[in-house]
Amino acid sequence: MSDDADVDVIVVGAGPAGSACAHRLAREGRSVVLVERGTTAGAKNVSGGRLYTYALEALEEGLTRQAPFERAVVREQIMLVDGDRAMQVSVLPSGDSDPAGVPASVTVLRARFDAWLAGRAEGEGALLATGVTVDSLLMEHDRVVGIVADGEEMRASVVVAADGVSSLLAREAGLTGPLAPASVGVGVKEVVALDAAALEARFGVGPGEGAATLLLGCTGGVHGGGFMYTNAASISIGVVVSPGDLAAAGRTPHGLLQDLKEHPAVRPYLAGGESVEYSAHLVREDGVRGVPRRLAREGFLVTGEAAGFVLNLGYTVRGMDLALVSGIAAAEAVLAGGDLDAAYHAALERHGLMATMRGADGYRDLLHLHRLYGTYPGLALDVATSMFAVDGGPPPPLRRLVRDVRRRHGVPLRGLVRDGLVGVRSL
Amino acid sequence: MSTRLPVPELLGRDVFAVDEGSPHIVLDPAVCATCTTTPCVAACPAQLYRVGPDGVVGLDHAGCLECGTCRVVCEAGGIVRWTYPRSTFGVSYRQG
Repeated sequence: MSDDADVDVIVVGAGPAGSACAHRLAREGRSVVLVERGTTAGAKNVSGGRLYTYALEALEEGLTRQAPFERAVVREQIMLVDGDRAMQVSVLPSGDSDPAGVPASVTVLRARFDAWLAGRAEGEGALLATGVTVDSLLMEHDRVVGIVADGEEMRASVVVAADGVSSLLAREAGLTGPLAPASVGVGVKEVVALDAAALEARFGVGPGEGAATLLLGCTGGVHGGGFMYTNAASISIGVVVSPGDLAAAGRTPHGLLQDLKEHPAVRPYLAGGESVEYSAHLVREDGVRGVPRRLAREGFLVTGEAAGFVLNLGYTVRGMDLALVSGIAAAEAVLAGGDLDAAYHAALERHGLMATMRGADGYRDLLHLHRLYGTYPGLALDVATSMFAVDGGPPPPLRRLVRDVRRRHGVPLRGLVRDGLVGVRSL
Repeated sequence: MSTRLPVPELLGRDVFAVDEGSPHIVLDPAVCATCTTTPCVAACPAQLYRVGPDGVVGLDHAGCLECGTCRVVCEAGGIVRWTYPRSTFGVSYRQG
């Protein structure tokens, strides 16, 4: 560390990115202060939330088994909703467990999970300072030399900003600009407490097992979707919608979530449950295009959601795994020394994170198909309900059924083909 | 029985330490008075932005979920200060 630095590294934000970074740096013998504005790590953090465990294993092999996760996801569900109607596809088993039996993805609640992960970083020797909001960066000769918090200065050789989607520090450092309304979704969530046995019966899973449910068509035509995740003894239910389109559509995130809870296909899952928390969070939806070209400057780098490492793939949202991997890469860049930005980019490439971000770029085009959020769920339900309507007459040819439904929804064949091509190309 | 819950009821299930002395989000009423679209009113998950009797949007920062949505959707620039609550203040999620 430089002579006038208090510590080697200050990491701001004890979420998955910050705690992974602090964990790796402390393990390699660096002095690290992990600064967190919540009174405990996790107290300010929100996600859907499902965690893909490969990232936890990348931090330390065997970590998943020790993690306080809620349930191992064994069932994936996709539900299309139109008015009071719904159709659902279930996929099981979900993903592949590795030979050691580590589940591919688990559900988490962040107050519990993040506190544990920050504790692991502490266990490696990092100093966790909670209840501290960082006011600004400390600058000297165009170089970041520390932070100012509660009016006091703290100096470090490197400051790592892992301060989340609204990152004030990355903006202050000039690495990021304002977010456009179209580049994010606003997510709202309720955690509904429910008896574990009832939950398992309703979702068709065993003890310790869980389900991840994606819902489409539940956002009043606004770009977005819904989700349900099973926790140990609760359900996380929420919607993520494009915030800039709400006013024109006359909808609110809160109203859409209340409507979703009342939907005839959703309500039985929640029956008898007690809503114990309401939370909100912004979700980046611009993928690789939202990752700034420069991720570091002298004495400073940005990681996790603050750096745009979030992917909305339509059928799943990935944030926490990318945060963990980017936090590890940030630590490796600090350890490498030299040109931080070059070392960081090299580490991100080495971990395959940039390839993941680039590979998912086509999904963005698919998710921009406006008909995906109202017209197509309705069209699919019309076809499905007509198929099951038996009136004693001869069954109509399916082709004609689809054509009639398509015309009823005002979707020209050309439009359907065009959207289909976008879908094929992006997937 | 309906599962619908109004916003105040939902916020009542969250834990807040409200900083009465120092709001972390500050509006400029003169700028907000020029805003005709008021996207903040629809987008705020906690519905803390309300059009007042004078027709100008106002904000009650108690109950803020600290999501950052208002900062992103504000077009007129009426949000002249957007920060996090001072140390130890604001929402504390027990679930997350």
